[in-house]
Amino acid sequence: MESDIATEMAAVRPERVVLAPGIDVARRVTGAAATVVVLLVGLLLAFIAWNGIALFRHSGVPILEVFAPVWQPDPTSGETTYGLLPFILGTLGVVSVAAALAAPLSLGLALFMAEVAPPWARRVMQPAMEVFVGIPSVVYGWLGLTVLVPFLAANGKWAGFTSGFSWFAGSLVLALMILPTVSSVAYDSFRAVPPDLRTASLALGTTRWQTIRHLLLPASGAGIVTAIVLGMMRAAGEALAVQMVIGNRPLIPRSLFQPVTTLTAQITLDMGNTVAGETWNEALWTMGLVLVTMSFAAVVLVRLLTRRAGPR
Amino acid sequence: MRTDGLRVAYGSKEVLRGIDLPIAKGKVTALVGPSGCGKTTLLRTLNRLTDLTSTCSVSGIVTIDGEDCMAMDPVLLRRRVGMVFQKPNVFPMSIRENVLYGVKARGNGKTEYAEILESSLRKAVIWDEVKDRLDESALALSGGQQQRVCIARTLATSPEVVLMDEPGASLDPRSTQLLEESILAIRGDFTVVIVTHDIPQAHRVSDFLAFLYDGRVVEFGETRQLFAEPREHATKEYLEGGLVTVPPVGNVAAAAVPVSA
Repeated sequence: MESDIATEMAAVRPERVVLAPGIDVARRVTGAAATVVVLLVGLLLAFIAWNGIALFRHSGVPILEVFAPVWQPDPTSGETTYGLLPFILGTLGVVSVAAALAAPLSLGLALFMAEVAPPWARRVMQPAMEVFVGIPSVVYGWLGLTVLVPFLAANGKWAGFTSGFSWFAGSLVLALMILPTVSSVAYDSFRAVPPDLRTASLALGTTRWQTIRHLLLPASGAGIVTAIVLGMMRAAGEALAVQMVIGNRPLIPRSLFQPVTTLTAQITLDMGNTVAGETWNEALWTMGLVLVTMSFAAVVLVRLLTRRAGPR
Repeated sequence: MRTDGLRVAYGSKEVLRGIDLPIAKGKVTALVGPSGCGKTTLLRTLNRLTDLTSTCSVSGIVTIDGEDCMAMDPVLLRRRVGMVFQKPNVFPMSIRENVLYGVKARGNGKTEYAEILESSLRKAVIWDEVKDRLDESALALSGGQQQRVCIARTLATSPEVVLMDEPGASLDPRSTQLLEESILAIRGDFTVVIVTHDIPQAHRVSDFLAFLYDGRVVEFGETRQLFAEPREHATKEYLEGGLVTVPPVGNVAAAAVPVSA
C-alpha cells in the first residue's frame, strides 16, 4: 500500500520539479543578460572617465587649459596647448545649425504624415523613412564630399566659401542624416495626442491648421523637443560624414562658410597619429569624455521633459 | 434647425433611414432610444462631424435658419453648431486656455477674454468652483468638473446650437445635477439638442422629445405630451422601462416618415 503511494508520488513529483525551475531559468537568463549589460556600460563609462582625466592626473595639464582656444598637441612643433574649446564649440555649432535646418522640415513632414496625408501616402512614406534611416553615414559623407563641397566651392564665393569644406557643409549633411530620426519621433508624439481632442477642437469651429497650431503643437511640445534633442545627439555622435566635409581646422568657429572641426572628427583624425600614454593621446580621451558628458546631459534633459509632460 | 429625409450610412450599413426632425430655436430637444438606434449619428450629422469618417455618406436635407448645412463650409457650420461629447475631453492646458481655446484659435482678435471666460463658466455652473484656479491644468479637475469646462468651452464660442452627446453618461449623480442646471440655465440663449439614455433626465430638461428606433423617429412631440400620452406603444414602453419588446418598424409614425423601408 505504502509503496503504491510512493510510486504515485514519484510519478507526480517530476511535474512539480519541472515547473519551479522553469520560472527560475527565465529569471536567471534575463537577469544575467541585464547584469552583463549594466556591468558593461558601467565599466565602459568608468574606463572612459579614467582615461579622460589622465590628461590632468598623469600629464599634469591644468583642467582649465581644456577651455583654451588653441589646440597645439604636437610637442615636436613647439610648446603644447591642449585647448578643446574649438572642438566643443565646433560640435555645438555644427549640431545646432543642423538641428535648425532639420527641425522645420522634419516637423512639417511629421505633421503631414500624422494629420494631413491620406492613409495610402502614410503607408508609402513610413517604410521610405525607415530606408532613409538605414543609409550608412559614409554614403552621406561621400555624397557631401563629391556633390555638396564642390558645389559650394564653385557657387558660394559670394557668400564667403573658399574651399567648400565648411561648418555649413557639415551641418547640411548632418541635417539630412537626422531628418528621419526627428521626423519619426515627432510623428509618434503627434499620434499620441488622443483623436477625441482633435474632434473636440474641430467641433469648436477651428480649421485643421488652427487645430495643429493651437492644440497639437502645444500638446506635443515635450515630444517635439525630445525629437530635436535625440536628433542632435545623433548628430553630435556622427564622425565620419562630418569629417569628410567639414574641413577639419581646429579653429574657434566664426563663420558658417569656413572650415571648422568637431570632437568626433578630431578624434578619428588624430587617433592614428598618437600612441597610448602620450599626452596627445590622453587629450583625445578627454574629448571622448566631454562627448559622453554632453550626451548624458541630453539624456537627462529628455527625461526631465518627458516626466514633466506627465499623463496625456 | 431641421432635417428632412436625412439618411446616413457607414459603408453599406444604413444607420439613419430618413429622419424628419424640427429643432426648435432656444428650446431643449432630447433624443432618446435604445443603443444603436442612430441618436449619436444624428447628432454628429448636425455639425458634420460625420465628414471626419471617410466611410460615412449622408443624403437628405439639414438646414440651419433655412440655410443648407451640407452646402456650407463645415468649419463655419461648426461655429454655429457646437458640441459637448460623452467623455469629458478637456485639452491638456489650463482651465482658462480650455475655455478660451475656440475664441483664440479662431483668431477673433483680443476681445473681452475675461468677460467671455467668466460668463461661459457661470453658464456652465462651474465658475464658483474654479474661479481661483483658472490657471491650473484642467486635467486636475474631477470628471464632472471637466465636463462642465467642456460645456463652457463650447458656450465661449457663442454657437447658436449646442449638441450634447450623453453628457452625463460618465458622471456621478451630483455632477449630473449640476450639468442639468447648466442646461436649464442656457435654455433660451442657446438651442440644445441632447442625446441621453437617462429617461428621467430627458423628462427634466427637455421641451421636445424624439424617440428614435432603428434609424427612424418613431415619435416626436412636446416632452410633457410624450410622457403623458404617447401615441405609440413602443414609445410608452421605452419611456416607462427603457425596453422595446415590439419592434415599431412599420407603425403609423414610422410610416409617416417618407421612407421606403
